[in-house]
Amino acid sequence: MPSEPSDRSEPLVAEHVLEFPGGYTRSVGPVIGRFLTELRDGRLVGVRTASGGVLFPPAEYDADGEAVTDEYVEVGPGGTVTSWSWVSRPRATHPLDRPFAWALIRPDGADTALLHALDVGTFEPGADPPRSLRTGMRVRPSFRAERTGSIRDIACFRPDVTMITAPSRAEYRLNAGRALTRFLDGVSEGRLLGHRCDVCGKVYVPMRGLCPVDGVPTTEEVEVADTGTVTTFAVNNIPDPRAPQVPFVSAYILLDGSDISLLALVAGIDADRVRMGMRVKAAWKPREEWGRTMENIRWFEPTGEPDVPFDAIKEYL
Amino acid sequence: MGEPCAVIGVGQTEYRTKRTDVSIAGLVREAALRALEDAGLTFKDIDAVVIGKAPDLFEGVMMPEAYLADALGARGKPMIRVHTAGSVGGSTALVAASLVQAGVHDRVLVVAWEKQSESNATWALSTHPPLSPTIVVGAGGYFAPHIRAYMRRTGAPDHIGTLVAVKDRQNALKNPYAHLRIPGISREMVESTPMLWEPIRYLETCPSSDGAAAMVLASESAARRAPNPPAWVHGTAMRSEPIFFAGRDTVSPQAGKDCAADVYRQAGITDPRRELDCAEVYVPFSWYEPMWLENLGFCGEGEGWKLTESGATGLDGDIPWNASGGVLSSNPIGASGLIRFAEAALQVRGLAGEHQVEGARRALGHAYGGGAQFYAMWVVGSDRP
Repeated sequence: MPSEPSDRSEPLVAEHVLEFPGGYTRSVGPVIGRFLTELRDGRLVGVRTASGGVLFPPAEYDADGEAVTDEYVEVGPGGTVTSWSWVSRPRATHPLDRPFAWALIRPDGADTALLHALDVGTFEPGADPPRSLRTGMRVRPSFRAERTGSIRDIACFRPDVTMITAPSRAEYRLNAGRALTRFLDGVSEGRLLGHRCDVCGKVYVPMRGLCPVDGVPTTEEVEVADTGTVTTFAVNNIPDPRAPQVPFVSAYILLDGSDISLLALVAGIDADRVRMGMRVKAAWKPREEWGRTMENIRWFEPTGEPDVPFDAIKEYL
Repeated sequence: MGEPCAVIGVGQTEYRTKRTDVSIAGLVREAALRALEDAGLTFKDIDAVVIGKAPDLFEGVMMPEAYLADALGARGKPMIRVHTAGSVGGSTALVAASLVQAGVHDRVLVVAWEKQSESNATWALSTHPPLSPTIVVGAGGYFAPHIRAYMRRTGAPDHIGTLVAVKDRQNALKNPYAHLRIPGISREMVESTPMLWEPIRYLETCPSSDGAAAMVLASESAARRAPNPPAWVHGTAMRSEPIFFAGRDTVSPQAGKDCAADVYRQAGITDPRRELDCAEVYVPFSWYEPMWLENLGFCGEGEGWKLTESGATGLDGDIPWNASGGVLSSNPIGASGLIRFAEAALQVRGLAGEHQVEGARRALGHAYGGGAQFYAMWVVGSDRP
């Protein structure tokens, strides 16, 4: 390749730092001096203007050029954001190393606002401003522990506390009880067990060891089929970790031989083709995955048999 | 029914998705202080406080009544917590009424609340405990199959649920406390929202709300001294039934029919559609309006959807249901039943504002909860019974 002509070479570049050794010294005068002295003690003060307002931060002159009085007024520490600008990618010299807002903050009791950094939480670089950041937001200064009499004695402002999180956790040891244990023992062997009530003769699957209508204990064990009929159902469009996909169908299934329907998933068919009266069969997981849990049955699937007429299921709705 | 009992004060908070401007205690006080103001009383005048809310898991505060006792001025007074799932607002009012009817107290403050924004109700109602032999899919997933069964049983056309969803939200536009206020709400708008739990569409369900409601219930002598017109209690009833039993009618549960029959008997009502002027009925999914119209005897079985379709339950119909906008427009769960009872009282007191049913003199307040297994109802009227 031919070399570049000499008049198109890169310009020469060099770094240059301009920094007065030790920093400039500034005499602050009596008014700003009072402000900084109070700041070092953790207080915000403004100064009364000739027209009666409170200028904050104080200066020797107000906006009209009139000299201020010598009356200092403690303001804040609470204040209100009057305007703000979001910094999504802070620079090295910024007071915070994560996204923050430059905000105009008017402390309570002051008539003018101070520009300072407002920390509204932890965000990834480049993040959009949170919805909570708005004009009118109530904030307070966060003072540094070690103060020197500098505007940086305020590390930043922070929003008032409006919300806390309250973690709570309860741990239980659930005892299935005799009836449910027996039912799940049956499921672990691929059998669906129920009880027949001595009084009304109704079969409850799973059994509860009692008849809720007659109020009597039940003991007569009955094994029912793993086939049944959908009595009614919902098509759920809200995802659920136990369902194969959305939409999924949760259906009341009346097992053949049972007198009460059981809420279970129906799959193996498009949700919009599920019908009241549709015949279904349990879809068991592979036997080696069985345990003492109803999860042995993944869901119920259509058998392909003709639908049961409505009259035959209407008493079970 | 015992001694006469009247509602002499009603207070409600604004219902919103998030009431982050107040704590739980601030929320219940907001309602309580408004009820006391309506009654011309202070906490000092109150003999006992009855408080209700739905499961503690919603806010994660165990036994919140203990923490709220001071906030409700209950120090040194009897305080009772009631919990009957979604019907709790209604049964809380009935426990308070029974204290007056029994002649135990003269002035009872009753408060119910929920601050749903502190967690998530679907999470709290679907905790997926291990060993469970059946699945749980939240309130919508529970009720959707029963709505489908109602539609199949009665042959109701698909759009009936949409009509109720529109009607109640139109009413909500007249209620300054209502949560869902949707200008221009229309059938097209409801029908364009997704099916969450088919056959229930998004806008056919209730919102999740923060809010509280309160009432002051009074004996006859206390009611006579109240600054504003009282609503007299004409009948109260509660019923419950197990969630699962063979032969249960889940579409029109027997406990609801029995509860209605009891409250009508006490109030001397034989034809609720004609003898009541309006009703505030717990309808969290729009299809429950036609279902409860039948269950509560406002029409024959299979006729509820026709009544809804005819416009009879609209604000200008012959039997307005949920003039306030109902649960479909505001649903701080634990308070929702009490709001029904309180709105029924406001109607017969003539204090319902823009959603006042003209000339209302007798109204039904209704709440249900759990798997449509707990019922609470009262009939209130302008006249002392």
